[in-house]
Amino acid sequence: MKELESVVIRFSGDSGDGMQLTGTQFSNTSALMGNDIATFPDFPAEIRAPQGTVAGVSGFQVNIGASEINTPGDEPFVLVAMNPAALKANLHSVQTGGVVIINTDAFTDKNFVKAGYTDSPLENGDLDGYQVIKVAITTQTVETLKDFELDTKSKTRCKNFYALGMTFFMFSRELEPTIEWLSKQFAKKPVLVDANVAALKAGYNFAETIETTISTFKIPAAKIDAGLYRSINGNQATAWGFIQASEVSGRPLFLGSYPITPASDILHELSNFKQFNVKTFQAEDEIAGVCTAIGASFGGALALTTSSGPGIALKGEAMGLAMIYELPLVIVNVQRGGPSTGLPTKTEQSDLYQAMYGRNGESPMIVVAASRPNDCFEMAFEASRLAIEHMTPVILLTDGYIANGAEPWKIPDLSTEFNKIEVQDAKSKYSAEEYLPYKRDDRLVRTWAFPGEEGYEHRLGGIEKQLDTGNVSYDPANHEEMCRIRAQKVANAADNIPLQEVEGDDSGDLLVISWGGTYGATHMAVSEMRNQGKKVSLMHLKYINPMPKNVDDIIKKFNKVVVCELNRGQLKDIINAKYSINAMGYNKVQGLPFRISELVTEFNRILELQ
Amino acid sequence: MTEMPKYTKKDFVSDQEVRWCPGCGDYAILNAVQMAMAKINRKKEDIAFISGIGCSSRFPYYMSTYGLHTIHGRAPAFASGLKVHNPDLSVWLITGDGDGLSIGGNHLIHLIRRNVNMNVILFNNEIYGLTKGQYSPTTPPGQVTKSTPYGSLDRCFLPGKLMLGAGSTFFARTMDTDPKHMQEIFLAAEQHQGCSFIEVLQNCVIFNDKTHENYTNRKLRDDWVFFLEAGKPIIFGKEKNKGLRLNGAKLEVVTIGENGVTENDLVVHDPKDSNLAFLLNNLVPHRDPLAMGIVHQVEDLTYDAQVTQQISDVSDKKGKMSMQDVLKSGSTWTVK
Repeated sequence: MKELESVVIRFSGDSGDGMQLTGTQFSNTSALMGNDIATFPDFPAEIRAPQGTVAGVSGFQVNIGASEINTPGDEPFVLVAMNPAALKANLHSVQTGGVVIINTDAFTDKNFVKAGYTDSPLENGDLDGYQVIKVAITTQTVETLKDFELDTKSKTRCKNFYALGMTFFMFSRELEPTIEWLSKQFAKKPVLVDANVAALKAGYNFAETIETTISTFKIPAAKIDAGLYRSINGNQATAWGFIQASEVSGRPLFLGSYPITPASDILHELSNFKQFNVKTFQAEDEIAGVCTAIGASFGGALALTTSSGPGIALKGEAMGLAMIYELPLVIVNVQRGGPSTGLPTKTEQSDLYQAMYGRNGESPMIVVAASRPNDCFEMAFEASRLAIEHMTPVILLTDGYIANGAEPWKIPDLSTEFNKIEVQDAKSKYSAEEYLPYKRDDRLVRTWAFPGEEGYEHRLGGIEKQLDTGNVSYDPANHEEMCRIRAQKVANAADNIPLQEVEGDDSGDLLVISWGGTYGATHMAVSEMRNQGKKVSLMHLKYINPMPKNVDDIIKKFNKVVVCELNRGQLKDIINAKYSINAMGYNKVQGLPFRISELVTEFNRILELQ
Repeated sequence: MTEMPKYTKKDFVSDQEVRWCPGCGDYAILNAVQMAMAKINRKKEDIAFISGIGCSSRFPYYMSTYGLHTIHGRAPAFASGLKVHNPDLSVWLITGDGDGLSIGGNHLIHLIRRNVNMNVILFNNEIYGLTKGQYSPTTPPGQVTKSTPYGSLDRCFLPGKLMLGAGSTFFARTMDTDPKHMQEIFLAAEQHQGCSFIEVLQNCVIFNDKTHENYTNRKLRDDWVFFLEAGKPIIFGKEKNKGLRLNGAKLEVVTIGENGVTENDLVVHDPKDSNLAFLLNNLVPHRDPLAMGIVHQVEDLTYDAQVTQQISDVSDKKGKMSMQDVLKSGSTWTVK
């Protein structure tokens, strides 16, 4: 048995083959066994694309390690291919010498044609150089279950647990957590519990009997900070961060939203939390989603709208209104490939310009971005805190990659963290006689008065307002002053965010700048460079507008600066304009995350440039 | 609990100068709304006026209650969010035929479909006023406007019919020249539990003057409008001798005393009767006499009350837990 520091496994099959479930079970078991993990599901935009085709392939990649894991991994070492299409879609990314498990039952001439093969990949040499394990997974599963009172279709559907059982043996995983999960999941249908457990064990035992011909591995537990952990994905963490902000601020949570990939899971998650007085409103369209949220915010709610790029485009006018109202509002953009409908299920960071500039008029907005799945909790909380404390809309950028990706999360102690948001309520600051809707404190923040409060009746509008009173004003000088105040108010939020940290030395040959969901890859790549003795540091931004006050000082201490992002250079342009520097860009717009290896190659290339 | 103050109209007048054109029908509606507010038995701080964009949508600035002047067409969404967040408020939505039926048509039908408990006042002047005179979704076909110099080719919406199709629980019509009737309808709307929709025939003195003349001019209107009363036959006319009768599945105007027609032959108004509401809402402006008053009113569950109920039911079932409990729920593991 070989001991590994880390391994990447990809489960791949048809949309209906249960690969997401299989991958989740493998990663949860690994986390329970003390490994660090990162996962990424990769599924087609179509719910059921034509069976057997490459378009219909659904995959789930998990990276498990005995040391720190920050990305789902570049290249899988093990590929489970439930049909020829899965093999075709994934083989090119599998490490040379890696293991490929093939369900031979699905490798028929008919399926070769559907997958676009002209000859059998089992015989045409495609698999040369890999350790290939051919197993009649479907036949063996049905054979295992021959005495069960189930129809053949239901028996066939257990085949993913047979495959899971095989990988559990290969990687010395325990069966109990999955058995326990199955017992809960199918508590009302014991026959399904028994059938899936039987398939799981049959796969495990089969792998054991062929042990001499396949490699087996052990991944020791990782050295991780002590504490209580759970697995969490980005969308769930985002939803939970908002509920915590609502609890702490005492402002009831209201979400106005319209279904859109990959943001809908935040709506689903929040709709489960009625016991926290969370109100979710599935609106008739994207515009109504944001407008209901603004209406609720006027009423005193911590109000949100969640969407992705195309939906944010529709919300633009209303976002500008929230800005001129100066009401708290959080707008979540779970970014996906654009423009237009683009690549709905793929990841990208190409909505940064939209967040910064995508509204009519002078319409500055606070913009923050989460760096990894479990960081979404913190950044959802932060977005809410800044919106409420500065009385302004805040855009939270995440992306499809961290929204769907899961990783372990050390559960924070909420009595010491995430426990303070200062509501700017009018009643505690001004008597009804003193109250003016647009009277500001020295941070330029106005107060929030709620309908129902006697003596604080006021009207908000989208027409330019007079200083202090908020009455309609067409006065030219007043308009200019109000535009200045609203911009300065957003800029002042820099006093209320943490200073920027640098990973590595605070000066050197190369500063890598990244933002949002690429953190896992840039962090690992910079670590690797530093292990090689290179003078490279990382500045990963989570607060994009305003930026932390020390960014300027950090940038100046490096000979070269490269901004890595999954777009054509949007943050790079913003930084170059803001700090008058000439940073390079490393960009990728393929709907795919960065690979650590490509970043390392690029950083080495830049270091060698004269 | 403080006592309900005794209000007069003045308590609802804001300090802002009203800036509609002299002679605009909006003044009369504002006046009637302010009078009605003093009578609805709601505290001023519990009332909110929400509008979109257009001449009518300046309305909230002139009320001394809470209010929002929002963006074009979207007022139903803002108002829904506010009402769902705080169901204790009395929410009034002010819109026009362009704002509500054109750019905001989608939001309006979904507001009606959900039956959010609020009151909608649609100022129908059959024209775009603030953008200076283009045809609207209620402008009759053929009308010459700024954007239809050779006559409008658009078929038009009948607001009542549209609302009935969307599942409305309260539809009433009134007019800017009858302050007393307006107030009665506004009070009835506030009492109705559900989304109350009121169409006000309103005159745009600049771009579509006298479009509703037959219906709103006291000297002409007797032969053109009939005031509905539940349980009473539909009678109108200067001589009180005209009425509506069912001929098969159609309404027809008949004269009492002619061809043996008596009062007993006339349709008796029943606001709960959706079939009758359809026939009344299908009468075509400028061609047929129109109904004034509550055309249709039925009871149904309101969206906001159900949201509150569901939250209470689920909370009772699940019991109180803290966010820390949620974080620790499901499968967790300890690293030593």
